[in-house]
Amino acid sequence: MPTQTAPLSATPTDGAESDEPVAHHFDTLQQQQEAVTLGMWVFLATEIMFFGGAFATYTVYRREHSAAFHAASRELDLVLGGVNTLVLLTSSLTMAFAVAAAGARKKGLTVLMLAATMVLGAAFLGIKGVEYHHKYEHHLLPAFGLPFEWHDHAQAGGAKLFFSLYLGMTGLHALHMVIGIALMGIFAVRVWRSVDVGHRRQGTEVLGLYWHFVDVVWIYLFPLLYLIDRS
Amino acid sequence: MSDPHGATVSPSTSTSPQPSSPPGVVTVTRPAVRDPVNYLNVDYSWKSWLLTVDHKRIGILYLLSITFFFVIGGAAAVAFRLELMTPKADLFESETYNKLFTMHGVVMIFFFLIPSIPAVLGNFLVPLMVGARDMAFPKLNLASWYLFMIGGLTAVWTMLIGGVDTGWTFYTPYSSTYSNTYVMATAVAVFITGFSSILTGLNIIVTVHKLRAPGMHWFRMPLFIWSHYAASLIMILGTPVLAVTILLVAIERGLGIGIFDPKLGGDPILFQHLFWFYSHPAVYIMILPSFGVISEIIAAFSRNRVFGYRFVAFASLGIAVLGFLVWGHHMFVSGQSAYAGMVFSILSLLIAVPSAIKVFNWTATLYRGRLRFDTPLLYALGFIGLFTIGGLTGLFLALLAIDVHVHDTYFIVAHFHYIMVGGAVMGYLGGLHYWWPKMTGRLYPEGWARLSAILVFVGFNLTFFPQFVLGYLGMPRRYHIYPPEWQTLNVMSSAGASILGVAYLFPITYLIWSLKFGPRASANPWDATGLEWQVPSPPTTHNFAVTPHVTEDAYAYPDSALVGDAH
Amino acid sequence: MSAATTNLPAPHDPAHPPIGLYLRIYVYLLVLLAVTVGAAYVHLGPLNIVVALVIASIKAWLVVMNFMHLRDSPRLNWIVAAGSFLWLVILIVGLLMDYVTRSPGV
Repeated sequence: MPTQTAPLSATPTDGAESDEPVAHHFDTLQQQQEAVTLGMWVFLATEIMFFGGAFATYTVYRREHSAAFHAASRELDLVLGGVNTLVLLTSSLTMAFAVAAAGARKKGLTVLMLAATMVLGAAFLGIKGVEYHHKYEHHLLPAFGLPFEWHDHAQAGGAKLFFSLYLGMTGLHALHMVIGIALMGIFAVRVWRSVDVGHRRQGTEVLGLYWHFVDVVWIYLFPLLYLIDRS
Repeated sequence: MSDPHGATVSPSTSTSPQPSSPPGVVTVTRPAVRDPVNYLNVDYSWKSWLLTVDHKRIGILYLLSITFFFVIGGAAAVAFRLELMTPKADLFESETYNKLFTMHGVVMIFFFLIPSIPAVLGNFLVPLMVGARDMAFPKLNLASWYLFMIGGLTAVWTMLIGGVDTGWTFYTPYSSTYSNTYVMATAVAVFITGFSSILTGLNIIVTVHKLRAPGMHWFRMPLFIWSHYAASLIMILGTPVLAVTILLVAIERGLGIGIFDPKLGGDPILFQHLFWFYSHPAVYIMILPSFGVISEIIAAFSRNRVFGYRFVAFASLGIAVLGFLVWGHHMFVSGQSAYAGMVFSILSLLIAVPSAIKVFNWTATLYRGRLRFDTPLLYALGFIGLFTIGGLTGLFLALLAIDVHVHDTYFIVAHFHYIMVGGAVMGYLGGLHYWWPKMTGRLYPEGWARLSAILVFVGFNLTFFPQFVLGYLGMPRRYHIYPPEWQTLNVMSSAGASILGVAYLFPITYLIWSLKFGPRASANPWDATGLEWQVPSPPTTHNFAVTPHVTEDAYAYPDSALVGDAH
Repeated sequence: MSAATTNLPAPHDPAHPPIGLYLRIYVYLLVLLAVTVGAAYVHLGPLNIVVALVIASIKAWLVVMNFMHLRDSPRLNWIVAAGSFLWLVILIVGLLMDYVTRSPGV
């Protein structure tokens, strides 16, 4: 069976530390690590298709209602959106640091970086909440039977579709972030309590893959929603 | 039946004095011998079953669950076939009738067909066939079953409290706006079950890539594995699109966020595109594993290597890929562009090719084989005939000119039942019988089983062949009121359905009977090739005491008529 | 296995993670963020969406390759990642095939 060396496959550096135990159905640690990483990528493939359905819907409607989408996009707060993108990119950096710290067996640093990622994630959600509130106040939230007002009657349907997609897609993204932050919190506690942070190294990496994926979704969402036409 | 893996002699402890033996004769009493420890008897507690991570036990849990859902889906069919015996609405009001066929479709597709072979036979056999001790992620495997149960029970509960009447296809804007039934709850149930499917597919893919025993190269694997791998690719890439589509319908209904609402300029046809992007490949999730079963059975019961092994393997992958490119053939009359219709039509014609390749290869495998017409082979032969009819009628439907006339008629209903029941279910039953000795350590009664297979075949054809004619004559699907001149054909179909229903009860009965009274099975009662037949029946929890080292190709039957197979 | 790890270059050594690389990638991401915002203010007509998607894809590529360590991963993981993007493209192209060819007013 052809194998490639997993990049962070750790060989114990001293007798007191070790990587996570090998489950009974795996033969070697490397096989287990490769299987877990592959499994996570396969799961991310399902997430790509999951968000992909929404992106496909967006693509169709943007073509069909081009003028309305252009106009509606300008209603989104570019500053808040841009700041949020910055926050999320930074959280990806701290997450990468967390994975690196776990690999270097630095427990305190790992927990610190996970906490930083959580804080940045929470900040993102907070800013999102502010944006949603703005939209609610301006009668631009097409949900729960709330009044929706659009100045151009001919475009009203298309504008409503834009804001439906805005709410639906950013909401789905936010839900993924909430799940991510919750998992991160639980995991950070486990890391803190672990006797050997090496046992949590692969878990940190898997969590990292999830978090970075959520970042990539936003990397596409931001220009597609906020930057359609600012000229 | 002698069993080299453990004597089945009852303990001969007696308190009465042994008869005195004549001088010079030594009396030997055989010591008490228990059954060897296997995955079934290692622990009988509830907890050991409900918290199991053993892929074989999870397969059995799925077996029990999908049988339950099959009975529910079947009950709905009994109800509406009764109604259809007369041209008028005698038994049910229209809205109730709509709920019945919706329930039948939803339950049969999502809670029976999609999981059936992969989650029962796939879970049980994939690790064994590749020489592994378990699936890659045993806990996720258990989670998959719990998600399945939550989704399935939610759907059944929804049906009991009032049901849903949109048809299993949930077309908008009826489902998103106008229906007054429990669309959201059913949508949520299907959404949850989708994740069960995803986890099964994920496990199979990673297991096949990373847990093969030494020497088990890709082209040494049984074709069952290739089929399940291909089906798993579809589960991974297709199911999430269904999930997000259902989610969009749910948020439109529940939160008022209009996505498919035509009043806003939304497009209901977009729903159809997104729905069928999954639901067409889904039919290949349902049939590919059955193809895998058929390959195994045909090889074992003709004692030949499968003819054109690589062709069959690549055809499986080809079907998985091409299956994603044809979804628009469900939408020829929906309002999609004529150009799109033409493209989808051509691609749909193409996908017949890999399926035909398989049928030709199975037929060639049978040629000059030493055939044993045991029950599994009967089901496999039935499969080949009925799947071919279903597949050919699929070709008719791929042609725009024909489909325009028979779309939404009973012709379509007959077509997909030939594939799904004549194909997938026969494959499932054949596989269940073939591997029953391995899974349970018992042999089923061959006489009853053959009779049942024949009854299923007869009942099936009587049920569904008249439906081809009805559809061609113009009877729409999902209607329970029809012109009286079609009554004869409808009565024939309902009569066939009653035979089919009874025929399904036979295996349920004698298979359960065999658990207690069937003869014990040896490790390899069929004398077949494959790693699963090298371990005891039933296997131990960890499958292999020593990791096997594979040196032979699959189907290495010594007297194979196909010497020097195209490999 | 130990021979393989000692032959790997320094960034793969878990005791010395590539912090410098992560920081550089972060800076590139911020720069690209500024560029994409700036590009939105330039009227390029139908090219606006192309530019936006290209920049987003470069950013995604940087994250996937470096933060998600795909660069150092087995080729199989590359195939999974690329395959899923390809499948998303198939979905979008299939949809557009219908919508682009509809007669006006439909």
